[in-house]
Amino acid sequence: MASGKRAEFDNKVVGWIDERLPVFTLMQKEYGVFPTPRNFNYFWNFGAIAMTMLILMIVTGIVLAMHYTPHTGEAFNSVERIMRDVNWGWMIRYMHMNGASFFFIAVYIHICRGMYYGSYKKPRELLWILGVLIFLLMMATAFMGYVLPWGQMSYWGATVITGFFSAIPVIGEDIQTWLLGGFTVDNATLNRFFSLHYLLPFLIVGVVFLHIWALHVSGSNNPTGIEPQSNKDPLPFHPFYTTKDTFGLLVFLLFYVAITFWAPNVLGHPDNYIEANPMVTPAHIVPEWYFLPFYAILRAVTFGVNIYVAAGIGLMALAMLPVYCAQTAFKVPVIYNDKDKKNFNWNKFFVLFGLGGAIFMLGFLCQYELADGSKALALPFGQLIFATAKLGGVLAMFGSIALLFVLPWLDTHPVKSANFRPMFKIALLVLLVDFIVLGLVGMKPAAGLWIPLGQIATAYYMSFFLIILPFLNKFEKALPVPKSINEAVLAKKKAK
Amino acid sequence: MSAKAAKTHDDGGTRRDFLYLSAGAFGAVGVGSFAWPFLQSLAPAADTRALATVEVDLSPIEVGQAITVVWQGKPVFIRHRTEKEIEGARKTDVATLRDKESDEDRVIKPEWLVMVGICTHLGCVPLGQKKSDPKGDFHGWFCPCHGSHYDESGRIRKGPAPKNLTVPTYSFITDTSIRIG
Repeated sequence: MASGKRAEFDNKVVGWIDERLPVFTLMQKEYGVFPTPRNFNYFWNFGAIAMTMLILMIVTGIVLAMHYTPHTGEAFNSVERIMRDVNWGWMIRYMHMNGASFFFIAVYIHICRGMYYGSYKKPRELLWILGVLIFLLMMATAFMGYVLPWGQMSYWGATVITGFFSAIPVIGEDIQTWLLGGFTVDNATLNRFFSLHYLLPFLIVGVVFLHIWALHVSGSNNPTGIEPQSNKDPLPFHPFYTTKDTFGLLVFLLFYVAITFWAPNVLGHPDNYIEANPMVTPAHIVPEWYFLPFYAILRAVTFGVNIYVAAGIGLMALAMLPVYCAQTAFKVPVIYNDKDKKNFNWNKFFVLFGLGGAIFMLGFLCQYELADGSKALALPFGQLIFATAKLGGVLAMFGSIALLFVLPWLDTHPVKSANFRPMFKIALLVLLVDFIVLGLVGMKPAAGLWIPLGQIATAYYMSFFLIILPFLNKFEKALPVPKSINEAVLAKKKAK
Repeated sequence: MSAKAAKTHDDGGTRRDFLYLSAGAFGAVGVGSFAWPFLQSLAPAADTRALATVEVDLSPIEVGQAITVVWQGKPVFIRHRTEKEIEGARKTDVATLRDKESDEDRVIKPEWLVMVGICTHLGCVPLGQKKSDPKGDFHGWFCPCHGSHYDESGRIRKGPAPKNLTVPTYSFITDTSIRIG
């Protein structure tokens, strides 16, 4: 970055520093004249917004840590003291509490933007993966932060989440004990969560740095999904996007401030204002709203893996195999094509896939409990479970996030933006609705119709990534894509 | 290094390969032994482990009553079961259970049921200790978190939990007192 001719700075002090450490040259290059596509819409604000929220969380968090006591006997009271006695403590805590929610809102919109406009595709795969990593780190940080006030939801949330590890066969319970530093969530757990809650945000800052570095290597994607080709396509970052980002940020902060001051507890749970009691579980444990869809996926797996479930999944995967491999260098005989290798033979595919689905359902029914506790179906070996429902749920939940990591290789369609992919657009918008439905299911007790609804929504989530995207790679015909960003902008202007 | 020493041996490895491998192996052992105390420091400390046993006087618990005591920071359910509950638990066909265990294997004395009150699903405390609590469809305990039903013997009958409520190691010190752990 120090190579090349440096710009002259009018201020002598700035020039002196820059000659020795070219930070001003770097800022000038990366944020001053940095070429940025000229057609950004407001969805492109959310990276800068998320960055601002991260800084806000760190600043408020450092101050809160100065007043907080990480001890089971004191933690709850120290938070109440922050709320009542510490000067401006109530405001700083409410900013931190709601800041977490708004950080997630910004990041969720940022992720949706990336998916809609295909920002994860070549050459931005690593940029996307770093982003998913930030999302994971945020989830870990938020979870541990929620434990610190030591309310009932803190305690039981921690118990349920760390309970995931006990699902690992054989060594699971030892791992859980090691993670907790005791036999239950207790002082040792609270202390290490405080330590990690303080550490992880700085790791996030590090990964954000890499994320932005990668962004500045490939350049930003844009609503057309086509790369800039001439100097008519980009604009310098400053003043065009510094202004647009600032405006978007201020609008976002208006919502944040409104919630923080007028409804600071609307996104929280009243049970967390009751001090943790290891002897009493609240009637209904719910995680924070930003975890609800994943919690719903966890609970959707009410069945373990028996031979029928395993065989069903295996057959469906076998049916999909030629579709997956069509995108790769692996040569698998494309068994569904006609003799002339032109037409996909849907009948063959549906028979194999449908057979897999039916066998899967048999395995499910073998474990489906009727009101009297008996099973809906009795088949030989139906009760022989290789992986329990608990393990299955945990794997499905982590799998749902793992799928995001490999998204660039699941969607290999050459066109990036959903604006030019009518089928992808519908499938993706349905996924968005599906994700919200999962959130609603996660909020409700696991009973009645919420269970099958959660299962259907989970099935769509998984199918979107594992079935729909690979098929769209093969079959979706994109609309004509504009020749350049500039042309698209001018055409839009003309249409007005 | 002399030309002779650098010659390849029968298996194709050179002295340099050997040095790389042994230095790598020593490095790995070094990193491992450095990391061990830090990883081990996260495991339960001596004072936590010292709370491993607890003694409970059972004499004040009347038939049909249940108490919850704390052992290793966990709730332990102790239930003085009625004749009806014992009978109900024993007539259940073990073969139909998810986690096949007979009631006889879960108790030392049939009237005293002692078990860890932590749902084997994700660690909530099931309801059913108090008279007013819901007891689930099988007259035992009901976990409100994800709807697991346990019977009179604390065995899983319905819902997502994979195992019966754990019976801790315990012994009778006298006729009416036990030591858990």
